[in-house]
Amino acid sequence: MTFTAARGASAVPRRPRPGTARRHALPYLLLAPALITFAVFKAYPILDSLRISFTTGTGSASHDAGWANYRRMLHDPLFWTALRNTGEILAVQVPLMLGLALLLALGINSALVRMRAVWRLGVFMPAVTGLVATGVMFSFLLNTDQGALNWVLHSIGLPKVDWLGQPFWARIAVVLVLTWHYTGYNAVIYLAGLQGIPRDLHEAAMVDGAGPLRRFWSVTLPSLRPILLFTVVLSTIGTLQLFDEPYVLTQGGPDNATLTVSMYLYQNAFHYFDFGYASAIAYGLTVLVVLLGAVQMRLMGERE
Amino acid sequence: MTIVNHADGAHRQGSDQSAGPRKPGSSEGPVRKARRGGWTLTLVLAAVTGLSVGPFYWLLVTSTQADSDIYAWPPKLLPAGHLIQNLRDLQEKIGLLRVLGNSLLLAGLQTVGALVIALLAGYAFAKFRFRGRSLLFALLLSTLVVPDQVTLVPLFQMMMRFHLIDSYASIVLPGLCVPFAIFLMRQALSSLPDELLDAARVDGAGELRVLVSVVIPVMRPVLAALSVFLFLGSWNQFVWPLITLRDPQHYTLPVALATLHGVESNTDYGAIVAGTALSTVPMMILFLVLQRQFIAGLLAGATKG
Repeated sequence: MTFTAARGASAVPRRPRPGTARRHALPYLLLAPALITFAVFKAYPILDSLRISFTTGTGSASHDAGWANYRRMLHDPLFWTALRNTGEILAVQVPLMLGLALLLALGINSALVRMRAVWRLGVFMPAVTGLVATGVMFSFLLNTDQGALNWVLHSIGLPKVDWLGQPFWARIAVVLVLTWHYTGYNAVIYLAGLQGIPRDLHEAAMVDGAGPLRRFWSVTLPSLRPILLFTVVLSTIGTLQLFDEPYVLTQGGPDNATLTVSMYLYQNAFHYFDFGYASAIAYGLTVLVVLLGAVQMRLMGERE
Repeated sequence: MTIVNHADGAHRQGSDQSAGPRKPGSSEGPVRKARRGGWTLTLVLAAVTGLSVGPFYWLLVTSTQADSDIYAWPPKLLPAGHLIQNLRDLQEKIGLLRVLGNSLLLAGLQTVGALVIALLAGYAFAKFRFRGRSLLFALLLSTLVVPDQVTLVPLFQMMMRFHLIDSYASIVLPGLCVPFAIFLMRQALSSLPDELLDAARVDGAGELRVLVSVVIPVMRPVLAALSVFLFLGSWNQFVWPLITLRDPQHYTLPVALATLHGVESNTDYGAIVAGTALSTVPMMILFLVLQRQFIAGLLAGATKG
C-alpha cells in the first residue's frame, strides 16, 4: 500500500489574513486528542519496549542487561521452535487462503452466477466473528471423538483425525481455522478489485484473440497487483502475530507444535514475568515483520 | 483518490451488473452451455458458502441443546429447547449480564472516542495546511507495521504505575488513537470539496459549526462504516483485556468465555456454546444491517492505490 505524500505544507507563501493566527492554531487543536493519545499509548510504549528489551529483572529490581536478551533469544531452542511454527503456518496458510480467495472472487464476479449478493455475504460472515468465538467453536467442531468434522469424515468412510492432539494435525487445524476465518474477507477485497477493472481492457484483449486464461494472466492479474500486494502484506503481518486462535484451540500444544512467536512472547511476559526477554522477542518480531513486508513490496511492488 | 469511489464499488457489487465479458449469443448452443456452466458455478459457490456459514448453524443449534447432547454422535442438527437453561448456567458461572454489559460499555466508549479522535485528526490532515503535517501523518501510519505485541509489556507497566490495572480505563485509553481510522477519515475527507466548507465560512459559520453542520452530515456513511469497524474491533478484543483485567466482575465476554473454556474439568459445554453464540449473534445482526457501509469501509483501505 502506498500513500500519496501530503502536499508540502509551505508550498505557497500566503498573505496574512485577519484571524490567521486562530486558523493556524486550529489544525493543531483538532489534532491534539489524536497526538496526545498516540504519544502516550503508542509511541511511548513502542520506544519503552526497546529500552526494556535491554534490561533484566522487573520493576525496581530491573537493571541494564546489554544485548543479553537478544543473545539469549538467538540461542533459545523454544524461540526457534516458535519461529519455525509461525513460518510454516505462514508459508502454507497465506498462499492457500489468498489463492482460494481469488478463485472465489472470480467465481462470484462471473456473469453466469446467480444470487451473487448472497454468496458474497455468506463467505464474508466469518470475518465478523471474534477470535475467541472462532477458537471455541472450532475446539468443539474438531473434537476427536465427538466433533462434527470427524463425524463427517466418519460418515464418508474416512478414519477419525486427532485434530488437536497430534502435532502435525494440530498445525493443519490452525491453518484450517485461519483459512475459514479470513478467506471470505480477502475474496471481498479482490471482488472490489475485479469490479474496478475497466471492461474495455478485457474487450480489447478479446478482440486480440486472448482466451480466458490468457486474459486472466495479462489483464486481471496485473490490474489486481496493488490489491494483491495489500492482502499479501496484511496477511503476512497478521500471521506473524498469530496468537488468539492457537491460544484458544491448543494452548500452543501438543508438544509446542502450535506455539507461535506471539504466544511465546506472551508466556515470557505474563507467565514468567520476564519483561526484558519478552520485549526482545517483540522487537525480533517487529524486525521480521518489517523485513518481510519490505521484501514483499520489493518483489511485487509497482514500479511507479 | 476518494472513498466515495469505493462506496460506489460496493453499490456496484450489490447490483447484478457484470464486469466479465459476455459473448452475444449467436446460436442456441453456447448460450445453453453457458447457462449450464452458470448453474455449476452457482452450486460450487453455494457449497463454499455452506462451509463458511455451516459452523454458525452448528453454533446456533447447539446453543439450544442440553449439555449431554452437545457431544452427541451423530451430532444433533435440529434445535432443542435448552437455550434458556444454558443462558441461566452462563449467568451463574460468569455473570453473563454483567460481562455483557462490560463488553457493550467498553466497546461503546472505545468506538465513540476513537471515532471522534479520528474525525478531528482526519479533518485536520485533509483540510488544513500546517507545519509538520506530512511528518505527523507518516509517523502515525508507520506504527501500523509495528506488531501490537510490542506495546503489551510497556502498556502493562504503565497501567501498573498509574494504578489502572483491572480498570475500564486501562482497556479504553489505549484504544482511542487508531491510526488506521485516522487514515480512512483523511482519505474520505479529502474528497469533500473545499468550496462546500468555504461557502459555510462565508455564511459566517465558525469552524466548529462547519464541522458539525457540514462535515459530519456529509460524512455520515463513512462514519457509520468506521463505527461498525471500530465497534467490532473492540467487541472482539482479547489479548489486552486478558492481561489487564483481574476481577471476573470486570471481564469482557471474550475473556470470560476463554477462562470458562480453559478450565480443565469444565463440562458445562452448553453454557460455553451459548456464550459463544451470544458473542457472535449481535455482531452478525449489526453486520447484516450495515453490510454495505461496512464493506465499503474495509475496502477503502485496500483499494487505495
